[in-house]
Amino acid sequence: MQARLSVVALSVAAAFALSACGQKEEPKPVAAPAPAAKPEVVVKLGHVAPMTGPQAHLGKDNENGAVLAVEELNAKGMEIGGAKVKFVLVNEDDAADPKQGAIVAQKLVDAKVNGVIGHLNSGTTIPASKLYADAGIPQISGSATNPKYTQQGFATAFRVMANDVQQGKSLGEFAVKQGVKTVAIVDDRTAYGQGLADEFRKAAEAAGIKVVASEYTTDKATDFKAILTKIKSTKAELVFFGGMDAQGGPMAKQMKELGIKARFLGGDGICTPEFMKLGGPATEGQFCSLPGMPLEKLAKGPAFREKFTKKFGGEIQLYAPYVYDAVMVMADSMQRADSVDPVKFLPAVGKTKYDGVTAMIEFDALGDLKGGAISIYKYTAGKLEYVETLGGSPLDAAKADLKEAVADVKDAAKAVAGAATAVGKEAVGEAKEAAKAAAEAGKDVVKAGAAAVKDAAEATKAAAEKK
Amino acid sequence: MDIFLQQIINGLVQGSIYALVALGYTMVYGIMGLINFAHGEVVMIGTLVTITVAGSLIKAGMPVALAGLAGLMAAVLVCMALGWALERVAYRPLRNAPRLTPLITAIGMSIVLQNLAMMIWGRNYLTFPALLPKIDFEFAGANFTAIQIIIVLVSAATMGGLLLLVYRTKLGMAMRATAQNPAVASLMGVNINRVIAAAFVIGSALGAVAGVMVGAYYEIAHYQMGFMLGLKAFTAAVLGGIGNLAGAMLGGILLGIIEALGAGYIGDLTGGFLGSHYQDIFAFVVLIVVLMFKPSGLFGEKTGDRA
Repeated sequence: MQARLSVVALSVAAAFALSACGQKEEPKPVAAPAPAAKPEVVVKLGHVAPMTGPQAHLGKDNENGAVLAVEELNAKGMEIGGAKVKFVLVNEDDAADPKQGAIVAQKLVDAKVNGVIGHLNSGTTIPASKLYADAGIPQISGSATNPKYTQQGFATAFRVMANDVQQGKSLGEFAVKQGVKTVAIVDDRTAYGQGLADEFRKAAEAAGIKVVASEYTTDKATDFKAILTKIKSTKAELVFFGGMDAQGGPMAKQMKELGIKARFLGGDGICTPEFMKLGGPATEGQFCSLPGMPLEKLAKGPAFREKFTKKFGGEIQLYAPYVYDAVMVMADSMQRADSVDPVKFLPAVGKTKYDGVTAMIEFDALGDLKGGAISIYKYTAGKLEYVETLGGSPLDAAKADLKEAVADVKDAAKAVAGAATAVGKEAVGEAKEAAKAAAEAGKDVVKAGAAAVKDAAEATKAAAEKK
Repeated sequence: MDIFLQQIINGLVQGSIYALVALGYTMVYGIMGLINFAHGEVVMIGTLVTITVAGSLIKAGMPVALAGLAGLMAAVLVCMALGWALERVAYRPLRNAPRLTPLITAIGMSIVLQNLAMMIWGRNYLTFPALLPKIDFEFAGANFTAIQIIIVLVSAATMGGLLLLVYRTKLGMAMRATAQNPAVASLMGVNINRVIAAAFVIGSALGAVAGVMVGAYYEIAHYQMGFMLGLKAFTAAVLGGIGNLAGAMLGGILLGIIEALGAGYIGDLTGGFLGSHYQDIFAFVVLIVVLMFKPSGLFGEKTGDRA
């Protein structure tokens, strides 16, 4: 364990060092392989998300993430087991309906897909996971956060984001920090909404917050005035919603119409641009949480956002980067096992150590993401503004800090170079000196950052040992 | 008390929306004995057309009120055309078929329209342009907005207008005659095809108005919004006695109020055993009880072969 952790730290430091000196890319295959020289194997990846119904916008977002990953993999041209591999996405629509989820899961099993990415909702992922487990097909969800998904004892179930135990806990801690004393909890009675609300309730009650009302709605409702009226009579200081943006947005708006002054808080389901669009000014100043770190703080985040918007022309809604990572982890596992046969590459999935867009992806014994972080956001002027990250591994946090430091150094160097050009030839010598000094300073900062990463790794190690 | 009053207001507004949609169901049913399950989708298309038209006019710099009116007109026209087309394409060829056939066609048309709307307007939620200034009122501790008052007034006025049409005009007389006995009515010189088409066109125009009201109230729209709304409105129409205009209105308002009170008090009444998401149980228990004692609904006429 100890050896392994330090290896992680080293590899992180190494990866960082590489990216610091100018985003070196992996060597690309020099030319396209000679035609007909090698056999081509088609790898079918099932992808399931609601493409119809109230959450179709999120489903499409997931699909876009998967499409992007598959296109990149195919463009890169992977070779597994001596054969050229072509990935094909088999898209299915589960309409966010558990029954439909099981039906399309059976369809994918019958189609003998090599792996499954999805589903989007916990409510559909959990019943479907049994079918994949029985068929021995690895499943990686980029968005199902209900803890039960990985707790059923299936060797095939993985997820690349923090689960709702972590999220509910972090949100509870955050509510305490905000000085909230009374809370009303609403959930949409789906596996996700109910699960998140229950975890939040536990954390809130443990911290001494009083739950003054528990109300319920559905994931298809548009009118919440009746339950909000009831909540109004309890004078709760905070309304917590376990559910999705399509309900959360109108709910926030109707709260305002009813003259409810309480604040509004929710999980990843409402942490979307759509929530602000639907809730209008009522969302201003409210908070939500997302598993993982903000894209801007991650090494590969901004590049991913650019790629995504360039290809699809729209903003990332929510889970696309996670789904992208899920596909990449699946492909990476096949590569490491040198096989596309689910029986052979399944053990490799569990041993994943993949530096993805959203996090350094490693799975624990259950198939959950190790050290998943939760970030809190605030809706400010129609944008999600990052507030803070709770939980998660100190490693990721240190990495993020380091990235900022490097960016600062780079800026400084640029400024120096700019100044040198401006001043002219006479000053070149002087500028060179300055640049040298800046570079030295930069080196120091990077060194300090690397030390921080090392420290963080030590801390992780200590924490792991304590456990 | 202020909570109770607030719940009544919530229910009254929600109920008025149900009533507006229910009028469309009941009108077609009263004349043809057909449950037009695609009516909810007509409402949805009314909302989406208004969003497109009013939204682009506002962007082009037209005053908001004028753009809203233009959006409403466009929605009414599009929905009237849609209602006419539905009748012509889906229902007229089946007029003499067994009763189950047009019912299934209606469900089919509902799915077709939903998917058509998804192709045109996309999967995402759309926001309805703010057509009315946000004016909030407070009365005895209960809050309500201008749009809520407008919804209640519009549905009352629409029902009044419909009653006038059915009982005071020649077309209305022809409609009632067709409802009683299409064969005899046609022998008396009533053009049945025209009367039935008119019922669809008028019902769809009401649907468009309802769509605009729903959009303005919730300020969001989606290609699937018509389904649940249609189902609830259908329930309201049955509750009030399907085929009866005043019954649809009353059934709608009753359903809305029962739902609001159900959601507000069911938790307390059952000691937390049933949560507020069981509000529909309340509504449907009332429906079942009413139908047990009065199978034709609260205001339904006792025409055995129709109800």
